[in-house]
Amino acid sequence: MPSLKDLKNRIESVKSTRKITKAMQMVAAAKLRRAQESAEASRPYTERFNAVLAGLTASAAESGQGPKLLTGTGSDQTHLLVVMTAERGLCGGFNGNIAKLARAKAQELQAAGKTVKILTVGKKGREALKRDLGDLNVGHVDLSEVKRIGYANAQDVANDVLGRFDGGEFDVAWLFYSKFQSVISQIPTAQQIIPAPVPEEAADSTFYDYEPDEDEILADLLPKAVATAIFAGLLENGASEQGARMSAMDNATRNAGEMIDKLTIEFNRSRQAVITNELIEIISGAEAL
Amino acid sequence: MADTLQFDLVSPERKLASFDATEVLIPGAEGDMTAMADHMPVITTLRPGIVRAKGADGDQEYVVSGGFAEITGTTLSVLAEQAMAKGDVDAAFLDGLATEGDGSDAATKKAADLAALRSELGV
Repeated sequence: MPSLKDLKNRIESVKSTRKITKAMQMVAAAKLRRAQESAEASRPYTERFNAVLAGLTASAAESGQGPKLLTGTGSDQTHLLVVMTAERGLCGGFNGNIAKLARAKAQELQAAGKTVKILTVGKKGREALKRDLGDLNVGHVDLSEVKRIGYANAQDVANDVLGRFDGGEFDVAWLFYSKFQSVISQIPTAQQIIPAPVPEEAADSTFYDYEPDEDEILADLLPKAVATAIFAGLLENGASEQGARMSAMDNATRNAGEMIDKLTIEFNRSRQAVITNELIEIISGAEAL
Repeated sequence: MADTLQFDLVSPERKLASFDATEVLIPGAEGDMTAMADHMPVITTLRPGIVRAKGADGDQEYVVSGGFAEITGTTLSVLAEQAMAKGDVDAAFLDGLATEGDGSDAATKKAADLAALRSELGV
């Protein structure tokens, strides 16, 4: 049976924990709004970009020719998994879910006899994959100093990936991130970025004049498509991280509240018991006289 | 109104402009071109330069880092990796655009385009 003083201390410490989680929840809510705004702001660009790219890739795919980024290297032996996670923890299953999906993909590819390489973006993903897949890690991009994700960050990651592709380090690249659906639901997603996926249905059939010619535009656009996909992934990830943290901290705050209630009842009971005990002692002392 | 086209200027981070314009001058990779309503559909890449759009409230000028433009008869979308209203452009922005030259023709041309842009803006 803990003493009254112990109980009081516990209650105090849980109370301050609740204050911290409550504050983190509110900070996450504010950051989530900002992250959603950035994601919203990037949508017009991404949509137009993908529409134009879809038209170009469809026609290039028909001819069966095009830059390597579209048609691939001709083999699919080596896969690069670009795993994008958060730089910080305390956001529920967010990082774990992405790492789990990446791990499953890596094992599936290895079972099929493929070579797997992993590039991590964000500290938490590297830590999560270090234990069982650490020797596959070929690189890491640190974004811990970045306050607000910009297109330049995505470009850096894309340049790293494209440099490795040009160097013949891999044939196929996958992007792992978490799609933001709502505060309580983020979906870990794997997306193939190299070779560029060809849209199944033909895009709008507007006949465009291309200047310079189609191949040159395509060659210019495909590296940008990688950067755009990574940027979109980073933004989705940013919103997902804050959403996951918000609901995790909401749960933590509620748990702390319940714990405080329980501890307070226990504290009151013990205090009552102490008082009763003292009274009994006094009464029985008086009776004995 | 048939004599205007919907002009959009977007970068990955934000939408800079969206209004009806009567004519828009864009720095195409193979030379400047002016798009007006009922222009034939064109997709062109851009070199670093100035986009000048004539709208209802006068001319608007933007500096773009490159990218590409999609013209249909009724719309013009400029997709630039980096873009800024001309009045806000400073030397730091232009420095940010410059990449290390790798000696290739494309890099040399880009550097020349940037130098031309710099002298035009006077920063």
